[in-house]
Amino acid sequence: MTLELFIQYLFAGITYGSIYAIVAIGFNIIYNTTGIINFAQGEFVMLGGMISISLLPLMPLPVAIAAAVVITMLFGALLEIFFIRWLENPGVLRMIIITIGLSILTREGALHVWGESVRSLPYFVGNEISSVEILGARISPQVLWVVGACGLMVLFLSIFFKTTSVGREMRACAANRKAAILCGINTHNMVTFSFMLSAGIGALAGSVMSPITSTSYDIGTGLAIKGFTVAILGGLGNSMGAVGAGLLLGILEAFSISVVPLAFKDAISISILLIILFVRPHGLFGSRTAAGLKEF
Amino acid sequence: MRNLLSLLPLVGLIIIVQLLTSWTDTTFYLTQITMSAYYSLLIIGLCTLMGYAGQISLGHAGFFAIGGYISAALTTHNLVAFKETALIRMLDGFNILMSGEDIYGDSLMVINPWAACIVAVLAAGLIAWVLGIPVLKLKGHYLAMATLGFGVIIYRIVLAVEYFGEADGISEVPSFTLIPGLEVSGDFGARVENYYIAWGLVIIGMIILRNLINSRVGRALRSIHASEEAAGAMGVNTSRYKLQVFILSAIFAAVAGVFLTHYNGGIGPSEAGVMKSVRYVAIVAVGGMAHLWGALTMGVLLNFLSLRGVFGSYDDAVFGLILIIIMLFAPNGILSLNWKGLLDKISGRTNKGKAAGGKD
Amino acid sequence: MALLEISGLHKKFGGLHAVNNVSFAVEKGSIKAVIGPNGAGKTTLFNLITGTLGATSGDVTFLDKPLLGKKPHQIAALGMARTFQNVKLFHDMTVLENVMVGRHIRSSAGFLASMLHMPWTLREESRIRQKSMQMLELLGIEEFADTEATSLAFGQQRAVELARALALEPTILLLDEPAAGLNIYETAEVGRLISRIRDLGITVVLVEHDMSLVMDISDDIVVLSFGQKIAEDVPEAIQKNEEVIKVYLGE
Repeated sequence: MTLELFIQYLFAGITYGSIYAIVAIGFNIIYNTTGIINFAQGEFVMLGGMISISLLPLMPLPVAIAAAVVITMLFGALLEIFFIRWLENPGVLRMIIITIGLSILTREGALHVWGESVRSLPYFVGNEISSVEILGARISPQVLWVVGACGLMVLFLSIFFKTTSVGREMRACAANRKAAILCGINTHNMVTFSFMLSAGIGALAGSVMSPITSTSYDIGTGLAIKGFTVAILGGLGNSMGAVGAGLLLGILEAFSISVVPLAFKDAISISILLIILFVRPHGLFGSRTAAGLKEF
Repeated sequence: MRNLLSLLPLVGLIIIVQLLTSWTDTTFYLTQITMSAYYSLLIIGLCTLMGYAGQISLGHAGFFAIGGYISAALTTHNLVAFKETALIRMLDGFNILMSGEDIYGDSLMVINPWAACIVAVLAAGLIAWVLGIPVLKLKGHYLAMATLGFGVIIYRIVLAVEYFGEADGISEVPSFTLIPGLEVSGDFGARVENYYIAWGLVIIGMIILRNLINSRVGRALRSIHASEEAAGAMGVNTSRYKLQVFILSAIFAAVAGVFLTHYNGGIGPSEAGVMKSVRYVAIVAVGGMAHLWGALTMGVLLNFLSLRGVFGSYDDAVFGLILIIIMLFAPNGILSLNWKGLLDKISGRTNKGKAAGGKD
Repeated sequence: MALLEISGLHKKFGGLHAVNNVSFAVEKGSIKAVIGPNGAGKTTLFNLITGTLGATSGDVTFLDKPLLGKKPHQIAALGMARTFQNVKLFHDMTVLENVMVGRHIRSSAGFLASMLHMPWTLREESRIRQKSMQMLELLGIEEFADTEATSLAFGQQRAVELARALALEPTILLLDEPAAGLNIYETAEVGRLISRIRDLGITVVLVEHDMSLVMDISDDIVVLSFGQKIAEDVPEAIQKNEEVIKVYLGE
């Protein structure tokens, strides 16, 4: 393998890996606040892309993306308010099935609104053949947008959770819900907010990746599975772990093309998911005792 | 005996429906009912796994596909080129092969459907065993995701592998002669015969599962669902039982896959898809997780409506919606809702009796 | 050789040393109580013995067989039954069905035989049912046989759990706080019941807070505090033991 090819694969891996990490972080935010795995997480990414594509004829690109993110955040909030907020003590099984149902409905809704067509946002800078040279290989500038946007989101989130009062309240909810209520934190709103946050970062990721990966109504499920794999790999609830795990999975996947037929690329990540679940469910960076204590 | 008697109404209904379609000249309905019956075979197996043993599986379409695809591939791939090899001659000696002519009139040599069926079902059981050992140690979200992942892997395999027909699936699957005179096939003339074959299989399945549920094993399964820890403390080997019922449900799914494939004359990748697995879970949930009869009824009803196109292009969406509504409002199935209480409220009667008995 | 021997048992949860070098023996036919303030490690001890929890180190021997490392159902099959502190009955199953699960290790119908409803399995079922009804009668709750188990009053649920454990025909019975939440009359009833169980030849180990029950019926007592054994003696001696008094009442 030439150095140039190696760099290409590496950047492809980093690009996709960043997306997977964002989806995983979305899972973690909701999981940390509620203990629920939101199977509809992938749909947020899909919606971000599709909505910004639809808005593009009406407004400049940055505004379209911003609007798409806001709309998706509202959508996330509505999902939580209508379907989850008023449930008392739902069992795990029930929640799994409800979020799966929501994922399907969102998917099918998207199918009826946008059809089966595959679309994409235009490249933010230049077009599909423009490239910059990095370490001898030609990389599309969009890659830098993706990695940059994801990196900024991670930075923003860590600052948000550490310094803002809302962020701290959400962390309190995650650590101990009853105690948080006793402290006067409105846990219901925290939950809604966590959905909004997850939806927002998913939507931004979906917009930023659209020029490279294209967007269609059904990309949600695959992303959700990969995002979940990354979340588990990094230790469920551990967002820094998700970043590392995401990059790892993305790179593994990218390099696997040189060994395994393209059609099996998805099977690679699922196999990794199964192996991790069987061997080390608390992930590479999680702690076994902590994982054992978390309620299912 | 009581068990068998309770099935009589079902048998009666089956016969009446068939006669009705015959008198009203609407025998084409039988086709969709037959297909629905086969899907229901998978569903009652899944119901036993989910409702009684309490283990969720979001990948059961995978087992259906294993059954259907293996039997389809074995009965359609022409071995005539290998006619002279030792292996083929040995198989021929054991009467495992079937000769004939393909649609172009060239000679055809394939595995005969009975052998293919046995291989397919055994394969499904074996895979369920190997998968089940690690997967059933998981709980909740992890179990759901692992089974979902399994289903997707099967889907990806059949979509990508040439032997399984890639995106086009496998067609020209021959009919399956069960015993001379009884054939599973899509011939229009054999509609009634196939209707009874399908229902016969379902009835056998119901008998087996009802026997299982009303037995020491069934009790052990329900105890595992209620409290795995207490069940273990009472001597129930929880991991072995969960595995066994998982394998059993996989076998039911595979048998459904084999028979439906021969009936339809083919199978495609969508049968292995996530949407199908989700659909099966939705149906079990609606019927009432631990209600075998509910699962059977909903299985036939909902599949029939879907096959007749009643849901139109919203097919998958309908099942998604059903899932949500049932899980939100009636997590124990439609029958568990307090219909009487609702009726009482509507007709203005008050609810007096809550004070007596009951806990706390 | 004692029926049950615990030696050098340790259990660590990360930094917490929940059970710290506990050793004692239970003689056949005796009633042994394990007492101690909240958080002393009593239920953890039970969970270690019954295999629900894995030990960090130590030995547990029952009928001369090592228990550590065995799964709970294997330990139950050896003749050890238990009840739970927060009653763990099987919901959506009747009282009788709950007790019938207790007969699991005394019966053998497997998957295949059950699916085919082989005649011998039906005979076995009726024997299971009979024996289970006997257990209900022993505890005076046979009228609730067909009621859904978790809809009963707390004291009655306790009785069902006890019937279920007895249905195992155990050699040794571990009771986790059998008198918790019961009033003075019910507690006395439990005491009488435990004595009758012992008279049936079953050895009893109980974890308990209620001192009157413990002092009344136990042959000897082990006292735990912060995971360590601080005393083991007959009831009269324990009552006078300074260490024990300090631990319960403070300085």
